[in-house]
Amino acid sequence: MACKGANMEFFLQLLVNGLSVGLLYGLSALGFVMIFKSSSVLNFAHGELLTIGAFLFLVLVTWARLPIPFAFLITLIGCFTLGFIVERLFLRPLIGESLIYVIMLTVGLASMFKGLLLFVFGGNLHTYPDFLPEGLAIHFGAIYVPPVYVASSIIGIIFLLLFGLFFKYSPQGIYMRSVADNQTASLSLGVHVKKVFALSWAIAALVAGMSGIVLGIINGTNVHEISAIGLKVFPVVILGGLDSIGGAIIGGIIIGLLETFTGGYISPSLRDVIPYIVLVFILLVKPYGLFGLVEIERV
Amino acid sequence: MTNNILLQLNNISVVYSDVIQVLKGVSLAVKKNHIVSLLGSNGAGKTTTLKAISGLLKPENGKVTEGSIVYDGMSIQNSAPETITRQGIIQVLEGRQPFKYLTIEENLRVGTATRWTRPYKKDIEMVYSYFPALVTRRKALAGYCSGGELQMLVMGRALMAHPRLLLLDEPSLGLAPLVVKEIFRIIKRINKEQETTIILVEQNANMALQIAHYGYVMENGKIVMEGKAKDLKENPDVKEFYLGVGAGGMARSYRDVKSYRRRKRWL
Repeated sequence: MACKGANMEFFLQLLVNGLSVGLLYGLSALGFVMIFKSSSVLNFAHGELLTIGAFLFLVLVTWARLPIPFAFLITLIGCFTLGFIVERLFLRPLIGESLIYVIMLTVGLASMFKGLLLFVFGGNLHTYPDFLPEGLAIHFGAIYVPPVYVASSIIGIIFLLLFGLFFKYSPQGIYMRSVADNQTASLSLGVHVKKVFALSWAIAALVAGMSGIVLGIINGTNVHEISAIGLKVFPVVILGGLDSIGGAIIGGIIIGLLETFTGGYISPSLRDVIPYIVLVFILLVKPYGLFGLVEIERV
Repeated sequence: MTNNILLQLNNISVVYSDVIQVLKGVSLAVKKNHIVSLLGSNGAGKTTTLKAISGLLKPENGKVTEGSIVYDGMSIQNSAPETITRQGIIQVLEGRQPFKYLTIEENLRVGTATRWTRPYKKDIEMVYSYFPALVTRRKALAGYCSGGELQMLVMGRALMAHPRLLLLDEPSLGLAPLVVKEIFRIIKRINKEQETTIILVEQNANMALQIAHYGYVMENGKIVMEGKAKDLKENPDVKEFYLGVGAGGMARSYRDVKSYRRRKRWL
C-alpha cells in the first residue's frame, strides 16, 4: 500500500516537472513559430538566441550585480532589441531571395553566435546566484515543486495570455497574422510587411531569451547545453504543427512530459533521445503536426 | 482643368525581371471623383497598370522603367507600397484574396493599417452599411465565406483605409450576374457618397461602361482607344470586340478582310 502511494507521488512529481519544463519548451517554440508564420523562415539560430538571453542575464546579475527584477527586464529588452538588429542587418537584405538562402543564413548566424559566446564565456558551466525565495516552492503532500518550476510556470502562463491577447485583439497582432496569411494582400492594404518581420524576430528573441534565463536557473548556463536545448524546438513545433501557436505550446508540454516520464520510468539516458524519436514518428503519420493548418480549400 | 486631375500616367513602360516588357508606353489621366474603367482582353496589361500605380510591382520583380506616374502632384513611380497606400491609393486585388484564417471583422481591421492609431469602430459600421450581408458573418473565418461575400469583404477592407483612389481589379470575376449587379451598384454608391475616385479594371465591359465616366481600352501593353464611357459604348469596334454585338449579330469570318484588319490593329 505504501509502495503504491510512493508510486503515485513519483508519478505526480514527474507530471508536475514535465508540465513546467514543457511549458518552457512551448514558450521557446512560440518564438520559432512566429518567425515561421510571418516569413516562412526556419530559424536555426533559435538555440543561440536562448543562450544569448541566458548569458546576458548572467552578465547583468553576476558581473554588473544588478537587482534581479531589473536584470530580468533589461535582458528581455536587450533580446528584443537584438531580434530587431538581427532582422535589420542580416535578414532584410535577403527579402525576396529564395528561402533556402535565408535558412542557410540562420545556420550561419547560429555558428557565429555560438562562436562568439564560446569566445567570451568559454565552454564551462556558469551558475546564477540562488535568488528565488524558497517560499515560492509548493509542497503538496510529498510532492515538492522547486521554486524555479513555479516561477517559470507563472511567467510562462502570463506570457501566453499576453501573446494570446496581443494576436487576437491588438492592431499589430492582427497585421502580423494578416502577413502570415496573405502577404500580397496585406501589402496592398499598406501593412508594413518589413516592420512585421522585424517585430516577429524581436518578439521571438525576447521569448527565447526568457526561456534561456529559466533554463539557466534550472541547469546552469553552458553554451553547448542551452543551444542544444534550443534544437528541441524542432520536435516541439513539428509535433504541434509548424504554423500553430497553440500547437507549439501543447507540443512543448507533450515533449516535456514525454521527457520526464521517459527519464523517470525508463532510463535517464533515453530522456534526450525520445523527442527525436517522436519527431520521426510524427513526420510519418501526421506531417502537418497535431494542429498544423490544413489549407482551407473552397470547393 | 489640370488641377482637376488626380492621377496621371505619362507614357510608362513596365518591365518584369529586367527582360519581359509588359507595358509599352501607357498614358492615362484620371479626374477627381470619376470612375475610369480600363478594358481589354487577357494579358493586355490592365493588372500590371494597376500594380504600377499601387507599387505592388516590386514584390513581383517588376519595375517602371520609363515615364512617370503623378498622383496629386507627386511622382510616385517605383515607390514602396507602404508609402503609396499612405497617400490614399488602395488596390483591391484580382481574385479577392481574403485573409482566410482571420474572421470577417479582423479582415476589415487589417484595412486600418495605414492609420492604425486612430479609432476604427465607426468605419466598420460604415462598411457594414454598404455591405449589410457581412454583418451576420462578422465572426466567421473568411476562408469559409462565399465568393460574393468575399468580394464585398475585400472591397470593404479597402474602404477601411479611406482611399482617395480605389483600384478595383475585376470585381465581377466568377460571380453570379445578380451579385455582379449588386457589386456595381455599390461601387457607384461609394464613388458618389465617399467621393472616392475609382479605376475599374473589367472583362465585363458592358457593366463597367454603364457606371464609368470615362474608359480606356488596352491591347498588348498599349492604350488603343479612349473616350467617354457613353461614346465607347456606341463605338462599333468596342461593340464588336468587347460587347459581343457585331453589326447584324453575325459572326465575322477571316475572309472579311476589313473586319480582320480592324481586329488586327487591336492585337
